[in-house]
Amino acid sequence: MEKILQVIDLELSFHTFAGEVKAIRGVSFDLHKGETLAIVGESGSGKSVTTKSIMRLLPETSSEFKNGEILFDGKDLTSLPESGMQKIRGKDISMIFQDPMTSLNPTMPIGKQVMEPILKHQKVSKAKAKEVAIELLKMVGIPNAEVRYKMYPHQFSGGQRQRIVIAIALACNPKILIADEPTTALDVTIQAQILELMKDIQKKVDTSIIFITHDLGVVANVADRVAVMYGGRIVEVGTVDEIFYNPQHPYTWGLLSSMPSLDLEEERLYAIPGTPPDLLNPPVGDAFALRSEYALKIDLEQAPPMFQVSDTHYAATWLLHPNAPKVEPPATIIERMKTFRGSRYYEGTDGNLGGEA
Amino acid sequence: MAEKLLEVKNLKQYFNAGKPSEVKAIDDISFDIYRGETFGLVGESGCGKSTTGRTIIRLYDATDGEVLYDGVSVHGNKSKADVKSLNQKMQMIFQDPYASLNPRMKVLDIIAEGLDIHGLVKNAKERKQKVIELLETVGLNKEHAERYPHEFSGGQRQRIGIARALAVNPEFIIADEPISALDVSIQAQVVNLLRDLQKEKGLTYLFIAHDLSMVKYISDRIGVMYFGKLVEMATAEELYKNPMHPYTKSLLSAIPLPDPIYERSRVRTPYNPDDHKYGPDEKVEFREVAPKHFVLCSDKEFEEMKTQLK
Repeated sequence: MEKILQVIDLELSFHTFAGEVKAIRGVSFDLHKGETLAIVGESGSGKSVTTKSIMRLLPETSSEFKNGEILFDGKDLTSLPESGMQKIRGKDISMIFQDPMTSLNPTMPIGKQVMEPILKHQKVSKAKAKEVAIELLKMVGIPNAEVRYKMYPHQFSGGQRQRIVIAIALACNPKILIADEPTTALDVTIQAQILELMKDIQKKVDTSIIFITHDLGVVANVADRVAVMYGGRIVEVGTVDEIFYNPQHPYTWGLLSSMPSLDLEEERLYAIPGTPPDLLNPPVGDAFALRSEYALKIDLEQAPPMFQVSDTHYAATWLLHPNAPKVEPPATIIERMKTFRGSRYYEGTDGNLGGEA
Repeated sequence: MAEKLLEVKNLKQYFNAGKPSEVKAIDDISFDIYRGETFGLVGESGCGKSTTGRTIIRLYDATDGEVLYDGVSVHGNKSKADVKSLNQKMQMIFQDPYASLNPRMKVLDIIAEGLDIHGLVKNAKERKQKVIELLETVGLNKEHAERYPHEFSGGQRQRIGIARALAVNPEFIIADEPISALDVSIQAQVVNLLRDLQKEKGLTYLFIAHDLSMVKYISDRIGVMYFGKLVEMATAEELYKNPMHPYTKSLLSAIPLPDPIYERSRVRTPYNPDDHKYGPDEKVEFREVAPKHFVLCSDKEFEEMKTQLK
């Protein structure tokens, strides 16, 4: 598959009064053409910072690229001058933010806001841009677009505002769309509509999506591949089925078990103990070791490398090392693994594949 | 049958009543909450679920109807002492742990505010001792008492909010979306804490949320609200097994589950209030289709629903 974006060994720090916060500590991933890659993790895991650094939206005064590169279209985005970046932002790579209330300009009619990227990046007349803008508003499902074109953000509901933000992001047919928790502020019913819209549009215009969220239900719905981030690193990456039905990293186990399921009767929810690591002084070994009941001695001394589970599935945990003791994942995870062909708990009819997948 | 702790009778809350901009935030709802149970209230934003919570605790005056707490009306003219004694029994946990704690007060003073008002402690030493006890109950420690809210994470702040609510030994706690601002892994911690406290202290909860999976997990009974009206009410299990009202069905079908195979085949059923096609003389009422399972429906729908029951 064609790689449209490559992030290689990215390290980024923020300089604060308290010292250097190592927000991203060696992140590598590829984005393929036409796919949806979900990045999941809790607040402070570095998922938003990763995508903001792709867009170069972080303040240059306090943030610093320490290492690594972001390759897009033959260019390294970490070293591109601001003028070059402005040609990419909103045209080749565009972004949808979490809160549609704050990402729209309250003093500007929405039609004008949709026209802005078109006028900036394409050589078209204002009349033509207006036509395109109305087309876009129709596409994202704003009824009566010709009339509502002149209205201001406060005259729309939360869901409609997010639709408008999506229209702006799509104005120049971007190759990559970064969606940073686009549905977190919305209700379940509206969320479902927005997710359906994004999937529809992706089919139509064949863009690649990076989808950031902490809602695993949403991930299961939209993603082709999933990267799980913790403490400024990617701890597990794989196809959506591999992550949900054959997870390997204890943090992924924790995330999956802390979601209540609608049909299982559980007495008590599994809660990951403790709090996320302090990235001012990141732990030496596996950042999750202090909260993990599966931590080995080596986890405290040395950070685990990425172990390969399958062609598409990698996880950074010492548990996958050939010399590591075999551990039993939590019961709910074993239940999930039973359905995955190739996992060691697979209970199927087509013979015993067994062993480590 | 368990003892009724809270009775909400034909409660109405209209904002800008009588003006053209009148909003019927709560439009004639009735339900009971029994001692020791958790009653979940779900619905989309703007359906009136938070307003219901706030009206029950007298943050708003009701337009019409009654709220009886332990047989005593919450609203209407009351003496200061009566209001105070109600306030001690009923407490609230708010949605936003960032906005609901005064940034210029120390955690010690935030938690002790209720103790001071109700005169529950005699001297500074006892006051501090009590606060430390509360902090430990919610999983924080005594060093935290001297700090300010900005020094805490979202999950920790929500714990402070819970400690503040517990300070006056309440019987009934209204939790207005207490976990929606928190991360998944922290949500589980807070929900477990609320459950443990319930067991330990015999608390009764009104749990308001839009996250249906968490609501099902924590609630004994659930009410579903839509545009100011209660459209369905049943035990948590019954509601998920036998949703009757089309809005409940639509709400349930919209929840994405952490299961990619299920997600690929999930079909969402949108809800359109016009689909009911109620005639002008049809009476739309809250009717009991099965024991303890109520649905807002017309006579005709009622007969249909009874045949659908499993």
